[in-house]
Amino acid sequence: MYNLLIGGEAGQGIETTTAILEKLLKQSGYNVFTSRDFMSRVRGGHNFSLIRFGTEIIQSHSEKLDGIIALTDETVELHRGKLNDSGFILCDSTLTTTDSRAIKINMNEMAKNLGNSRAAGSIAVGVILKLFGENLDYVKDVISTFVKEQYLEINLKAVEEGYKSVEIRFPHLQGKYSDWMILSGSKAMALGAIAAGLRFYSAYPMSPSTALMEYLASKGDQTEVVVEQAEDEIAAINMAIGASYAGARAMTGTSGGGFCLMVEALGLSGIAEIPLVVVDVQRPGPATGLPTRTEQSDLKFVISASQGEFPRMVIAIRNHNDAFYQTIRAFHLAEKYQIPVIILSDQYLGDASATVKPFELDGIEVAEPANTYEGNEEYLRYKYTQDGISPRLLPGKTNNFVSIDSDEHDERGWITESSEVRNKMMAKRMKKLENLRKELQEPEFIGTDSFETLLVGWGSTYGPITEAVKILNEKATNKYAALVFGDVYPLPQKLLKEKSDKARRIINVEQNATGQLADLIREQTGITCTESILKYDGRQISGEEIAEHIQKEDLK
Amino acid sequence: MSKNTFCTYETAWCPGCGNFSILDCLKTALEELGKDPYEVMMVAGIGQAAKTPQYISANTFCGLHGRSLPAAAAIKIANVNLTVVVDTGDGDSYGEGGNHFIHNIRRNVDITHFVHDNQIYALTKGQASPTSMEGLITEVQTDGSMNTPLNPVLMAIAAGSGFVARAFTGHKEQLVSIMKQAIEYEGYAIVDILQPCISFNKVNTFGWYNKRVYELDSSYDPTNKLDAMQKAMEFNDKIPLGVLYREKKSTFHQKNVVLKSGVPLLNQKTDATIVKSLIKEFI
Repeated sequence: MYNLLIGGEAGQGIETTTAILEKLLKQSGYNVFTSRDFMSRVRGGHNFSLIRFGTEIIQSHSEKLDGIIALTDETVELHRGKLNDSGFILCDSTLTTTDSRAIKINMNEMAKNLGNSRAAGSIAVGVILKLFGENLDYVKDVISTFVKEQYLEINLKAVEEGYKSVEIRFPHLQGKYSDWMILSGSKAMALGAIAAGLRFYSAYPMSPSTALMEYLASKGDQTEVVVEQAEDEIAAINMAIGASYAGARAMTGTSGGGFCLMVEALGLSGIAEIPLVVVDVQRPGPATGLPTRTEQSDLKFVISASQGEFPRMVIAIRNHNDAFYQTIRAFHLAEKYQIPVIILSDQYLGDASATVKPFELDGIEVAEPANTYEGNEEYLRYKYTQDGISPRLLPGKTNNFVSIDSDEHDERGWITESSEVRNKMMAKRMKKLENLRKELQEPEFIGTDSFETLLVGWGSTYGPITEAVKILNEKATNKYAALVFGDVYPLPQKLLKEKSDKARRIINVEQNATGQLADLIREQTGITCTESILKYDGRQISGEEIAEHIQKEDLK
Repeated sequence: MSKNTFCTYETAWCPGCGNFSILDCLKTALEELGKDPYEVMMVAGIGQAAKTPQYISANTFCGLHGRSLPAAAAIKIANVNLTVVVDTGDGDSYGEGGNHFIHNIRRNVDITHFVHDNQIYALTKGQASPTSMEGLITEVQTDGSMNTPLNPVLMAIAAGSGFVARAFTGHKEQLVSIMKQAIEYEGYAIVDILQPCISFNKVNTFGWYNKRVYELDSSYDPTNKLDAMQKAMEFNDKIPLGVLYREKKSTFHQKNVVLKSGVPLLNQKTDATIVKSLIKEFI
């Protein structure tokens, strides 16, 4: 497995070079995982991507580097400490570094001579392909999807020149992933929504959730999805609720700050029983926090957001497969139970690219509202039923009135202050949880039953925790295992209870300061995590970092 | 129920409230337009005016305070066959929902917005609203409202609305006519309906309005924007009633690539072959 860092200022083309390289490496057979670390600015500063590639499935980043592509001196200074002795620093000849591992090539001048100074990135791509023993078979196909036609020849030439300027350094490893997809978590989620039959997406731009809206907007005309940029997040969620009530499958997406504005309407979805999917791509808070960075600190917020009580479901996305399949499931559960379903992602997962098996559309199931009502009595939108779910009709499609109200209401949807109706209606809504609980998905268990220490986590720490268990078990045979939650609210408890009974220690690993999952587990089950690894600097924890905390007993 | 007949139900408004006239006129307007109650979608936020949908036989969406417009616009986007009418108050439309008011004018979805403007918050028992006159004393504005009243019709014209009207509950025949024109207008139409609140607004009474209002006659040209703005600014000794401004504009549906085919969005289906081709783009 190799690990490459590309760093420089915002605006220097790191993103394009990264996208080209990750695709080329994947085409040649590698499994590639790319994480993206960038500042909240359009020009300047220091941004970098980490491209990790190998012949096994990779689900998280590593900080140990085999190579650095440095566009600035700052990149060299910040990252050379993590570079292997046998690693390299590829940079332009004008950089000042005296590091013996540097491969200095006058890429900027070469690009200028080719006729376009922006082709320097393509020269670097050529150099990297050669260093890792790759051929140029996929270059034309890949580059042509990233650069305009009039610049294609120059860039292809640039790749060739870069390729010629160095010798092979690392052996090519033959993976079997060239037929797999490589895409970001946010794009996987957007594809899931489209596959689920999304018709309407309303949102207000907010990092790091905007990628979702951008992808949906770029494909909206093709997929018959109306994407509307709302005036604020309050409008965004109220629009999604309106569209869903009228029969268009709807979703809204935001980050924590925008979710704050959506909270009242979340309750509207709850009491009016209108299916709704809300995505929260988390970033560090509170308030504006760290806009382009990552955190898992919205869990306790979203499980209790909005006044009053109503059933809801919260699904945390653990990896790119989840991003696709769980988004589809979110639509299904929202429709089936007529509840809001919240999907928790975060910047790390949303922006990171992973290599995944092409998504399957067979067997996708998404519930639909009823389209007829045959009864002799008046149609009742909120009819009391055994399971609490009242048949949903769409307004204007039948000769029945469909009335919903944010006030407490009777079966017909008319407002009431009757204590009897209030009690029955509240019980009806909460009853939906009984069946929902039965179809919760247990957390994924990683490891074997000979473990002594159990790590617990949720969402995007899935990749790092999986890797940590592997690292730890290399030295202490099968003494470590983990449970990583996807369905997080209501909290599935069966496997947790079973595994925690066997555990000598339970360590929660979370990207927040207070251990929100540990709190939820204790509240719901009485199980107490004995120690914690908590990180809240806006940067994703790596598997190596988790393993190191445990090996050094650096726990809270 | 026979087709094209709207029933009204028992209300919880104060006897003598201007809302009764509005409800009555709305029912007449819908019936005269031959609307099918099952295809009429009444949307409201919260407030005394926002109870209107609960008192008429139609589909009803009574959502959150101030948020009627985004929900109404999206309902229309989802199903173009519905006649979407928002009935809600000055607090809901211009106060809590002020941002949505501006931006739904810009969005120009084909919905109709009837604002019951009594220049007071009535549901919460008499505080100043965005249209309350300067100096109006209430239990909160104890020294009199200090804020400049919002002029909603002037603002709507300035923000680009293609149908802006002012009506008064005391002129019911005209109100019905304006309502019908507003519902028929293709695009976002706003009617600011002056309506006395007999319980909490002791200044802007029926008599106060009645003395000042006059109906614009056929000599008035509602297509001239500058004239319309001038008329919209008349709110002192004289208050003009009628369609102040009218302009043909492309609607959201006409401009949107997905919607302009005319197929209601909710009837569109996701094409699996397109999803498969999108998946392929990542391989």
